[in-house]
Amino acid sequence: MKISLEQFDKAFENRLRLQIMSVLVANESYDFNSLKELLAATDGNLASHLKALEKEDYITVKKSFIGRKPNTQYVASQSGREAFIKHLEALENLIKNQKT
Amino acid sequence: MKEESIYSELSSIRSLMERSSKFISLSGLSGVMAGVYALAGAFFAQRLIQQQEDSAHTGGEYTVHSSIVPQLTLMAIAVLLLSITTCVILTLRQSRKKGEPSWHPGSKRLLTSIALPLITGGIFITILLLRAEYWLIVPACLIFYGLALVSGSHYTFSDVKWLGLFEILLGLTCALLPGSGLLFWVIGFGVLHILYGFIMHFKYKQ
Repeated sequence: MKISLEQFDKAFENRLRLQIMSVLVANESYDFNSLKELLAATDGNLASHLKALEKEDYITVKKSFIGRKPNTQYVASQSGREAFIKHLEALENLIKNQKT
Repeated sequence: MKEESIYSELSSIRSLMERSSKFISLSGLSGVMAGVYALAGAFFAQRLIQQQEDSAHTGGEYTVHSSIVPQLTLMAIAVLLLSITTCVILTLRQSRKKGEPSWHPGSKRLLTSIALPLITGGIFITILLLRAEYWLIVPACLIFYGLALVSGSHYTFSDVKWLGLFEILLGLTCALLPGSGLLFWVIGFGVLHILYGFIMHFKYKQ
């Protein structure tokens, strides 16, 4: 049994990154604090993984202010969505291959 | 990677996508309570109308006399406020129990999406009241409430959409049959809510 490992996206190897991506794919946009609460992540950890996804051009960042508070919204980019779907398909294929 | 771990990974992704975009702490029990309030309100309304008809000896089931309209309106507002309060309290309790934040992008979108049809409906019904077009009030309540439910259903359990569609259907039918307002009120706000509440309560094992 041989599984093509190149289908797995290196960017999603980390669990938190995959979780971030699944939230952003399901929503138009999501802000930092809500992400933090939902995923129960620490500031630093979440920020560094968001940075990594941004570097891959999988997400875009929109910074704005609500009153005086900074508000950072994250949006999944087209390539990010495609990469996410491809990654999920790879996971599903893996299960199918193991069954046969 | 083990098969089970991939399965759990996939199902955790699915639940995350759902939890992040939808507000799923809506309490089924609050639907039942809203239905009970509506039935109680309808019962008192029926008695008021009866009394008024007896004393006036004028009749016709097709007319609601303007003298009891303020009382009926107050009753409807009381039912509405009681229902909203119960719903908010039970839902907050539910979300605390589930550990879901009650104020997150999902619930914000839910509120904004139901707000537009509800506020439009509220203003429209106020206009109907002021212009004494009483026969249209119950249909308008049902239709706008149904529209609000359908538009909110994208951000919560999809079952809410069905409740909304039934309310719209009832509202339209009610508009076709003048004089049947109270009956449709009982079905739409009373019976449907109680049914829906029980279904939700057992379906999602709250």
